[in-house]
Amino acid sequence: MPSAVEAFLERSRAAVRDTFLQTALDRATSRLMTARANGFASLPDADAMRDRAKAIKEETVARLDHYLARLAESVEGAGGHVHWAADADETRQIVLRLAREKGVRSIVKSKSMASEEIHLNAALEAAGFRVVETDLGEYIVQIAQEPPSHIIAPAIHKTKEQIAELFSGVAGRALPADPDQLTAWARAKLREEFIQADMGISGANFAVAETGTIVLVTNEGNGRLVTTMPRIHVAVMGMEKVIPALADLPVFLEVLARSATGQKMSVYTTLVRGPRRAGEVDGPDEFHLVIMDNGRRSALGTHLEESLQCLRCGSCLNVCPVYGEVGGHAYGTVYPGPIGIIVSNYIGGHGHTQNLGAASTLCSACLDACPVRIDIPRMLLGLREEAQAKSEVPWAERMAFRMMAKVMASPSLYRMAVAAGRKLLLPFVRNGRVESLPGKLGGWTRFRTLPPIAKKTFRERWREMEKDPHRD
Amino acid sequence: MDPTGAINREPGTANSGPRPRSVALFGTCLMDMFFPEVGEAMVKLLRRYGCRVTYPMDQTCCGLPLLNNGYREEAARVARANIPLFEDAEAIVVPSGSCGWMLKKEFPGLFPADAALRARAEAFAAKVYEFSQFLVEVLKVTEVDSGFHGTVTYHDSCHLLRGLGVATAPRTLLKMVRRATLVEMAGSDHCCGFGGSFAVKFPEVSNAILGQKLANAQAGGAHVVVANDAGCILHMRGGAERSAPGLRVMHLAEVLAAD
Repeated sequence: MPSAVEAFLERSRAAVRDTFLQTALDRATSRLMTARANGFASLPDADAMRDRAKAIKEETVARLDHYLARLAESVEGAGGHVHWAADADETRQIVLRLAREKGVRSIVKSKSMASEEIHLNAALEAAGFRVVETDLGEYIVQIAQEPPSHIIAPAIHKTKEQIAELFSGVAGRALPADPDQLTAWARAKLREEFIQADMGISGANFAVAETGTIVLVTNEGNGRLVTTMPRIHVAVMGMEKVIPALADLPVFLEVLARSATGQKMSVYTTLVRGPRRAGEVDGPDEFHLVIMDNGRRSALGTHLEESLQCLRCGSCLNVCPVYGEVGGHAYGTVYPGPIGIIVSNYIGGHGHTQNLGAASTLCSACLDACPVRIDIPRMLLGLREEAQAKSEVPWAERMAFRMMAKVMASPSLYRMAVAAGRKLLLPFVRNGRVESLPGKLGGWTRFRTLPPIAKKTFRERWREMEKDPHRD
Repeated sequence: MDPTGAINREPGTANSGPRPRSVALFGTCLMDMFFPEVGEAMVKLLRRYGCRVTYPMDQTCCGLPLLNNGYREEAARVARANIPLFEDAEAIVVPSGSCGWMLKKEFPGLFPADAALRARAEAFAAKVYEFSQFLVEVLKVTEVDSGFHGTVTYHDSCHLLRGLGVATAPRTLLKMVRRATLVEMAGSDHCCGFGGSFAVKFPEVSNAILGQKLANAQAGGAHVVVANDAGCILHMRGGAERSAPGLRVMHLAEVLAAD
């Protein structure tokens, strides 16, 4: 049974050789990276806004239960129903029960990573309900029967040629690999789904405690249709999505879209509050909010708590050199990329977590890009400490580092090790370079040469250099 | 000028105090073993700019590989062995951004339970400068007498750029080299793919990231990539020798000290 790291290694090898994936990733990540940089460049007080957004999130996480209680009160006060779900199974059961009780047959969904996390679609389909994803990217991966590979761009790993093939299969005729035409076809198809759906399931980008408002940001308006047209709206939210007040929303809207896609705001920002009230024309008959824990509470008070501030914008994925080469599926987790590595250590609860802390170069581009300055590198180091403390790291590797520690803490051992290392490498030197190394170290020489250890190290040369020709 | 657009950088450590007369070199284990000529170039330059250079002979390593792989206590032990060697130093200069970051930003935090040692680590950290930072901000170098000629591009190593906030100093110095033409590469601030043990644990991904970096370097028309980090150099030079033989990878000190 391979470890999470071994599985990642295998998948990453395949990913690096997958030319379709490489094309798709190159196109998408470079576009999103540039867009993000431009988006923030146009914000005169970007630093102040990020600081403010972070402060609000910090305060919210520090008083999470207080704000969740207020949220529940506000939602109920607006005529909605609140359900508390401890884990994935409970969340699924709540939604299934609602669908059955309300005589639902078909369901439309707007994009929700929380629902992906609990594999909600599979549970609903197994129970006989028809579920259609209405976010274009989610619709694509739904047809492809794959999980999303990016937090906000689920089909980022697909080229337009691959998408045309998928859509053509559903359409029953050949559709061209042209984004405008493909989108137009999907739009017409999804319109039919919106009209006939009994239930709309959404996530929540933000849930405002003060008013009970659920906020959705979409570029397609599907958030609006999903929460307005069907007679029942169910919002599934990760418990950390609550924010204190409506006045807190603007700063998040400013930094969220710029981080995610470089837009000043997403095309649609949908604020919904409870079901349709007397005198209103649009809106569902019923509104249900499912507040989901699923391992989040266990992060409180740990070194990973800061990751609960995440806005799920995906910008850390876009700037990550590792994600940029392997894509989302290689991680094997619902949430991929830098923040995905962190949250996968608690989401899903005990027995479902994994530690991929090693799958990073610690370049810190993620921290640099994060709109709420989440210190992902700090947490990655913490995860590596956990992995080695729990002996999740191969024994040989632990011994090698323990030995390195002894050597580096002693001047004489260091000098001996250098001399020994020089001798050990000598048989491998050809034309002044080490071209191949045995065992695990062969990973280096497969792609790179290595210089031999210098005949005279700097320290050994210093005796001669100490006499300064420039002095006096 | 901020060519990278990186928003989260800290400002460089501007030195307003008196110029130190002597400078202690924290060589780093990689320079000691693999790139002693870089150390020689640094010493030559520091002396040329009027500094007396010392090199505590019992120094070993900054301990970053240990910290980065989750061996925090072991890293603390290595730090504890090296800090006393530099207690008398006025300034500590280091050739690599990642080691510089370790010494300056991480050393104090390695001793949460020992206030006295933490204080010594903080005093140590306050004196640490990366090489280009020292030349520009402390020595206020305005001229470089280098025989180097060619088209160069500069790689912003991750810990130097995002950890220590240094981006301008290396470029300022390169622009002082009369017969060097500095061109910026796309993604100069992108990771080269080294990542320490990452390079050996995930060699294919590491190499794929490197491929992008080398391609970017060459696309700009440069024949030389300059970096201020032994890890990046080990990785980029090693890779270039296999896949981009026309591209040289050099440390800034080598360029500046060239005859």
